[in-house]
Amino acid sequence: MALFRRHRALAALALAAALATACGSPAQDTAKATGTQDSVDAALKAGGTITYWTWTPSAKAQVAAFEQEYPKVKVNLVNAGTGKDQYTKLQNAIKAGSGGPDVAQIEYQALPQFALPGSLVDLNQYGFGTFQKDYTASTWTSVTVNNALFGLPQDSGPMALFYNKEDFDKYGIAVPKTWDEYLDAAKKLHAADPTKFITSDIGDPGFTTSMIWQAGGHPFSTDGRNIKINLDDAGAQKWTKVWDQLVQGKLLSTVKGWSDDWYRALGDGSIATLVTGAWMPGVFKSSVTAGSGKWAVAPMPTYDGQPVSAENGGSTQSVLKQSSNPALAAAFVRWLNHGNGIKPFIASGGFPSTTADLSSPAFLNAADPYFGGQQVNQVLSASSGVVAKGWSYLPYQLYANSVYGDTVGKSYLNGTDIGSGLKAWQATLVDYGNQQGFTVSAG
Amino acid sequence: MALYLLYTLIPLAWLVISATKTQPDLLSTPGLSFGGVFALFDNIGQTFTYNNGIFLRWLGNTVLYVVVGAGGATVLATAAGYGLAKYRFRGRRAVFAVVLGAIAVPGTALAVPTFLLFSRLGLTDTPLAVIIPSLISPFGLYLIWVYATDAIPDEMMEAARIDGAGEIRIFLAVTLRQLAPGIVTVALFAVVATWNNYFLPLIMLSDPDWYPLTVGLNQWNAQAIGAAAQPVYHLVITGSVLTIIPLVIAFLFLQRFWQSGLTAGSVKQ
Repeated sequence: MALFRRHRALAALALAAALATACGSPAQDTAKATGTQDSVDAALKAGGTITYWTWTPSAKAQVAAFEQEYPKVKVNLVNAGTGKDQYTKLQNAIKAGSGGPDVAQIEYQALPQFALPGSLVDLNQYGFGTFQKDYTASTWTSVTVNNALFGLPQDSGPMALFYNKEDFDKYGIAVPKTWDEYLDAAKKLHAADPTKFITSDIGDPGFTTSMIWQAGGHPFSTDGRNIKINLDDAGAQKWTKVWDQLVQGKLLSTVKGWSDDWYRALGDGSIATLVTGAWMPGVFKSSVTAGSGKWAVAPMPTYDGQPVSAENGGSTQSVLKQSSNPALAAAFVRWLNHGNGIKPFIASGGFPSTTADLSSPAFLNAADPYFGGQQVNQVLSASSGVVAKGWSYLPYQLYANSVYGDTVGKSYLNGTDIGSGLKAWQATLVDYGNQQGFTVSAG
Repeated sequence: MALYLLYTLIPLAWLVISATKTQPDLLSTPGLSFGGVFALFDNIGQTFTYNNGIFLRWLGNTVLYVVVGAGGATVLATAAGYGLAKYRFRGRRAVFAVVLGAIAVPGTALAVPTFLLFSRLGLTDTPLAVIIPSLISPFGLYLIWVYATDAIPDEMMEAARIDGAGEIRIFLAVTLRQLAPGIVTVALFAVVATWNNYFLPLIMLSDPDWYPLTVGLNQWNAQAIGAAAQPVYHLVITGSVLTIIPLVIAFLFLQRFWQSGLTAGSVKQ
């Protein structure tokens, strides 16, 4: 037993050392280093082949446009799976040392998990740091881990309140500006028609973190090796105080998000609002055709009436260290998210993170027939400017999300307070992080 | 019995009925009733043409994995099981222990180590990465072993030897026939296992061109989630119906051999 313990200690030490060296290079050495874009331009001229893993539907049109602009470059487009599936494969390829793509789509919440072990190229070495002014502050923060730049932001998800205007008008409910009004609206709607609910939520880690984000919480902070987790801070408490009343009052629909039932409920008005990211209009248009003309967009409710929002979802494109032609891969990323790749992305319903596109009159003034002719981008774009600052995800957020259901999910299921679920989640995350070689402290 | 029948048939009925609906109908009508339009043939057409007809490619991949993988597994299990049952050699008990142990380890647990192994060999993201692991069927081997021990009398093999037949000839000409019901059973298990194999190809393959139906359909299903969601539930459902049809046919077809074989050892000549 003693022998076993010693071995485990050794293994932990080795892991910590490996992490230290792995983290050291991108995080500290090149922290302020900004190279030039010459090698990227040269790589584009020389041409070559790169592989790009993504699941975004815009990719096909983007790759076609890129290859037309640079005929010498061939982009091998692969849909290796959506979200979690792709990360599993990426993780395997990184562990195996080969088989990964040159460029991969990675969601903001998953980025630290790949960036911190040193699997991604710091794009500062190509001088991409100078693009900072062209992106919204929140998305730029999302692609920056310990002062190193691990991608250029593609889509962003500043949150807003999508509401079924038909339901609201029918029952004479005012569009809520604060969370207290939202709570009242939930009660009023459900009382008027017991088959209708203000929204559906059976516990979703992405939604929970976004809501804590908006409430001003900073539950996760890290400098790479040391992590602090506090899922009971002022922000988290602010949110659970409101949301507990919805869960315990049985005012939320228990339809699972993104299921066929959920799409159905959005179409027939039995789910009356969604508080979600700015990418949602595209989903509405392609997949909730029955709701056309019924829905509208308003700013996300707040706690004190002052406009503040958070991000939900969104992803970036990163260059893998494994890439045999990182300069060309970086060139492709630059074209995708800082060049002509943005246009096909917006055309296919994506919500950009570049300030120039977000403030262009054509974008802001576009009247959207699905939303009854409302200029929805004005609301969404305004939200991108008031995202609460200083948020960061855990370096093992994917794991955290995977165990969310066992902890916070139980609070939803049993109707107990969410705060105790969050505490259980925190305990699990502290244990896991310490096992992984981080130094994790609670509070 | 009636409950059991309901329990098995209702999901199937739901699947078949849902396959006749359009995507909007699917999202607006209750599960076990037909939609406004009978769209089965339209759905089938769309399933085969969506994404440049990649469904057909996945179907072809699945058939390839089943024919080579499950077929190979059956051949190997038969030869090895027969050998272990009928020949005495050193280390036989060790083999027995290893095989029994192998049955106890779920394939899912081996997937990631297998991936790393295959990655060293440079075989990941190729069809071989799916075929080679499915060639090994410890359960099939064990089944043949048990079956051969009972179904093939040692006296018969002795008689063949006295008649001058070599060991290979005995295996091919004499015992293979006796083993047929066992082989069919193993083949059936191997076909079903390979046809439904999900986790191994999910881990091994990243190029959709090599996906089997299971992984491909799940990819279509996963499109319904998140920022760029494009749900194609109607195609996922129609694809699932199309996916189970060959399996049902294989089952019905092989079952005849299987049933006729079950009585084979019951009467002592």
